Parts: sequence; structure tokens; C-alpha cells
Amino acid sequence: MLSAFWIVLKRDLLLALRRRNEVFTVLFFFIVVISLFPLGVGVEEKILTKIAPGIVWIAALLASTLALDRLFSSDFEDGTLEQLLLTPHSLSVMVFAKIVAHWLLTGLPLVLIAPLVGLLYQIPVDSIAVMMLVLLLGTPVLSMIGAIGAALTLGLRGGGVLLSFLVLPLYIPVLVYGAGAISASMAQGVSIQPYLLLLSAFMILSLIFAPWATAAALKISIE
Amino acid sequence: MTLQVNNLQCIRGDRELFSGLSFALQQKQLLMLEGANGSGKTTLLRTLCGLYLQEQGDILWDGVSIRKLDDQYRQELLYLGHYNAIKMDLTALENLRINTLLGGYNPGDNALMQALDAIGLFGFEDYPTRQLSQGQKRRVALARLLVSKQKLWILDEPFVALDVAAVELLQNIIAAHVDAGGMAILTTHQEVPLTTGAVKRLRLGEKQGVLADA
Amino acid sequence: MKINWFKYAAPMNFYSLAGKLIPFFWIAAIAFTLLGLYWGFFKTADVLNDQKQYYRIIYVHVASAWMAMWLYAVMVFWAALGLIFNTRLSYMMASATAITGANMTLIALITGAIWGKTSWGTWWDWDPKLTTFLILLFIYMGYLALQSAIDDTRRSDKASALLALVGLAIVPVIYFAVNCPDPNECASLHQESSLKRVEANILIGMLVTTLGFWMYSFAVILMRVRNIILDRERKTSWVSKLKEINQ
Repeated sequence: MLSAFWIVLKRDLLLALRRRNEVFTVLFFFIVVISLFPLGVGVEEKILTKIAPGIVWIAALLASTLALDRLFSSDFEDGTLEQLLLTPHSLSVMVFAKIVAHWLLTGLPLVLIAPLVGLLYQIPVDSIAVMMLVLLLGTPVLSMIGAIGAALTLGLRGGGVLLSFLVLPLYIPVLVYGAGAISASMAQGVSIQPYLLLLSAFMILSLIFAPWATAAALKISIE
Repeated sequence: MTLQVNNLQCIRGDRELFSGLSFALQQKQLLMLEGANGSGKTTLLRTLCGLYLQEQGDILWDGVSIRKLDDQYRQELLYLGHYNAIKMDLTALENLRINTLLGGYNPGDNALMQALDAIGLFGFEDYPTRQLSQGQKRRVALARLLVSKQKLWILDEPFVALDVAAVELLQNIIAAHVDAGGMAILTTHQEVPLTTGAVKRLRLGEKQGVLADA
Repeated sequence: MKINWFKYAAPMNFYSLAGKLIPFFWIAAIAFTLLGLYWGFFKTADVLNDQKQYYRIIYVHVASAWMAMWLYAVMVFWAALGLIFNTRLSYMMASATAITGANMTLIALITGAIWGKTSWGTWWDWDPKLTTFLILLFIYMGYLALQSAIDDTRRSDKASALLALVGLAIVPVIYFAVNCPDPNECASLHQESSLKRVEANILIGMLVTTLGFWMYSFAVILMRVRNIILDRERKTSWVSKLKEINQ
């Protein structure tokens, strides 16, 4: 069971290594969205610092859904997904491996680039650390929930837009507490622990249920 | 080992593809599936794999439903569909290695290289499959057959895109598998010359039914 | 007496049963809705707290809001039943329920906005309740969009059913997040239910109107299911023998 996890994880990482541009596209999309906001709402420092937490998260949500489209579709198009369903391994485990690979390639880079956002929006150093931490807790949830949507919309016309429409509302809890934690860290004397606990709870719950639901959705979609 | 199909009915959309379909396949038997385009050949193969859910009827492997056996049945099954199921960014060897590993066994790189040589890809093992021709890509997919441990092969149009030499090679590979106690189901018009095994024929569409053994 | 419930899981039997029930649901729907609104408009106080006559929109607002939530539960029930027993009728019920649920959510939002305009002076306020209903609308729309994007009936039934179940798991979390964006301040989330503060008289009006809306939902859902049955079974012999088809 574990071996199936490693085989799929290694395969997806190897594939990404051969097509590095896809990873960078998502990252640059994130940076572009982040840089557009000051141009739209004005460059006043107070406003920027105030809206930064929300912007970081909305950009992360958008970048994450953008990347989701490719999570299963390339395997679907060349028939390898069908073969995964026919291997004598648990589909949930292999799906989990694919989601982990996807997060390593699209979620983790967002966490690592976060300090740059902090500089652009004049966020204090302590809050940048909090931002990285909540992104680390929250982006896996985005990948997990998003995978269900990606599996459901597999191979549909206009699947990408439909996928965003389906999953973005489901991201709201992560958005609310992810952005809330960063704002709280900038306010004086507010504990961010409850935010972190809630985000961790979301992560654990999504780790338990999402691979299973995604596997069920894939079986439906591939019929 | 037996594959037993009882009273199978498949519906796609609101069109009934076939119903009342029954047949059995034993070891050392090859089933040739015939029928016009749209008669449901591919759907039947996918149903036999458990990818598609039949409307009615049972598919039994050694007397147990394949849905119940689940991964135990898939352990015995090798399916090759219209798609080659290979990654264009990986080399022939990497593709074959991943496919066999996921199939649940590890023959080692030497055996894999031998299989690729035998299927006519000598010297192409380390090229990304993107750079290979259609026929060569098909060969990468077919190389799995040479290292397979699975008893039941289900092959959908396996001879498509192959040149004359490769067709003959594949005919021999399938024949050897069946003669050695394996089972195979394929949709094709190519004959497969068996030495000890038996060929069964099943026709879908009009005049559906098992034809006399050849 | 033992009723064979599975008999009515067959679309053919259900079609005729639904046809017989629909008129009764319509009568009940009209009667209860009129009664509830009459009670609400003429038998309750003219002023609620500091709000004048306009507060009376709550009879429609609350009734549609309750139905919007209840119908989501009903939809998930049918979707789950479909996934477990693989009965075609369950999926048809789920998809018929979703449209009415979405409509009820829309009515709740519009009446909420009108009420907001009269009492707060703005059409929209990011009040937790209104926000939750906006998101509920998104989720209903997502369900319907997924269903209509998939051509194959079997896949669209199952995929949208699964989405409904995923929604059921996440909607309460969304509700919590919207109501309590700052977890430091809502350790005691159990805010007093607004129901307890409502006068019995007004509550009667709301409950009776809701009952009317419920009966209306039964009637339109059954009508819609009959249409879906006819559409999906149009090639079967029992449909071609129906009186209404041969007219």
C-alpha cells in the first residue's frame, strides 16, 4: 500500500521535473495577482497592510484552483488514470499521493514566496512568519478539497471554469481563518492560537475524507 | 481459473448495447470479440475490467463476483485500451517500470530492458516517448505483456498502429500466453495462431452470441 | 398493513402515484400559505420592536429560508439513497429538489434584501445569516451546474449526488466560519436562538406559511420528477401507452 503511494508520488514529481514551466506558471500567476491589487486600490500603506491578509489568501485560492485543472486531466487524456484504477492497490492511496505531489508543486511554492508578499505589502516580520505558517496549514486543505472537484469535473467541456465555481465556495472556511490569523497577528494582544487550531482541524479532516471522496468521484467520472 | 459472464446487460445513455450475454472463458482459451462499430465491444471490455457498471447480470472470477474480489481480481487482470497509457515526458524504460510496479510486481531493470528489446525498441529505451513514432509508442505499451504475471489479458484493438513485423510479434506473444495457460480477450480481426489453446468467438450486435469454436 | 415501498421506487409506479398526489399538495399549499399570510398580516401586532408594518415580510422570508435549508437536507437524503441503493428515482428526486431549493434560497435572499433596505437602509449587509444564504445559493448553483455540464445521465446523477454529500459536510463549517470569523470572541457561539425572542402569535404565522411553502415544494418537486421520468423513459413502452402522451 505504501509502495503504491511512493511510486505515484515519485512519478508525478518526476513528470513535473520534466515540465518545470507548469510549476512556475502557477507561482507567477500568484505574484501577478498580488501585484495587481495595489494598482487597483491605491498604494496607501495603511490600506495595503489592512487588506494584505485577504489578498494573499484570495490569490492563493485562485492559483490553487488554476493548477487543479491539470491534477487528473493529463492522466485522464493519455489513459494512465484508467490504468491506475485497474492496479491492485487502493485508489484512495494513489489519489492521496497525487494530491501530495500536487501540493508540493503548487502549494509549497506559495508558502515559500510569502515573505516577498510581506515586503510588497509592508507587513511586519512577525506577521510574515504567521502568514507562512497559516499558508502551510491551509494550502493542503485547498488541494484536498480541490481534488474532489477536479475528479468530479474530469474531462468536461469548460471544466476549468466549472471547477472554480464548484470549489471556491468550499474554500471559505480556510479563507476566513487563514486571513483572520494574519490580521490577528498584526493586532496587539490577540491570540492566534484558535485560528491555528481550527486550520489544523480542517487539515486533518480533509486528509481523512478527501482522498476517499476523490477516489469515489474518479470512479464515477471514468465509467 | 474461469471467467464466467451471466446474462449481462449494458446500457450507455439511453441505448441498450447488449443484453442476455453469457459466456465462459477457461485457461488456455482465447476469446475473439467481433461486432460492428458501436456494438459495444469496448464497453463490454471495460465492464469485464470493472471500470463500467453493468445494468444487469454477473461477472464471476472463479465463481466470485469481480466487484467483491476487487483488488484480488485486478491482480490477475491486464487491460490495454485504446490509449497507450504511457507518459510522453518519461522514457520507454521509465514508463514500463512504473506500469509494472503499479501492476504489483518488480521484475528488475534487466528484465524490462530485455522486454523492450524483444518488442523492437532496442536503442530507444532512454528516449522520451514523445520522440517515438505512433507504432513505437504502442510497442512501449505492449512491452508490459512480455513481463506480465497476470492471467487474464483484455486487449482492445491491440494491433492498431503496428507494422507487419510487430503484428506478427504480438500474435506470437498472445499465442504464447494462452498456450502457457493464460486467458485473453481481444477485439480485432487479426487471427492469432494458437498451438494448444482454443479460440472462442463472440459476436455483438445483430446475431449476438457465441460462435462455434474454430 | 404492509406497504411495498420498493414498488414505488420503479419510475412507472411512482409516476402514477405522484400524479394522484399532486392536486392534494396544491390545495394544501394554497390553503396553508393563504392562512399563514392572513394570520401574519391581520392577526399580529402592527409594530415589532421598532419596526413598523414592513417587518411582515418575515413571513415570506423566514418560510423560504427554512425551506431552503430543509430542501438541501432532502436533496442530500435522496442523493445518498441513490448512491447507496443505485435507484434511478432517488437521483431524479434529488435533482428535482435542488431546483426548488435554489429558488427558495433566492426568495430568501431577495426578501432579506428588501427587509434590509427598509430596516437598515441598505440592500445588502454582510450579516452572517444573509451571507450564509448567499453561499448556500452558490452551492445549489454548483450542484445544478455540474449536473447540466455532464451529458451522460448516469455520471451526472452520481457525480452531482457526491457533490451534494461533500457540500453537506462543508456547509456547517462554512456556516460556523461566517458566523464566527474571530474564534477568540465566540467561544460561546450558542447565541440565543432568534426564535425564542419571537412572539407566539408571529411564530404561528411563520409556521403556517412554512407549512404552505412545504406543501408547494412537494407539489412542484413531484411535478418536476414526473417530467424527468417522462424524459428519461421516453423510449419505454409504458410511457408510449400513457393517455397524456397519446393526446
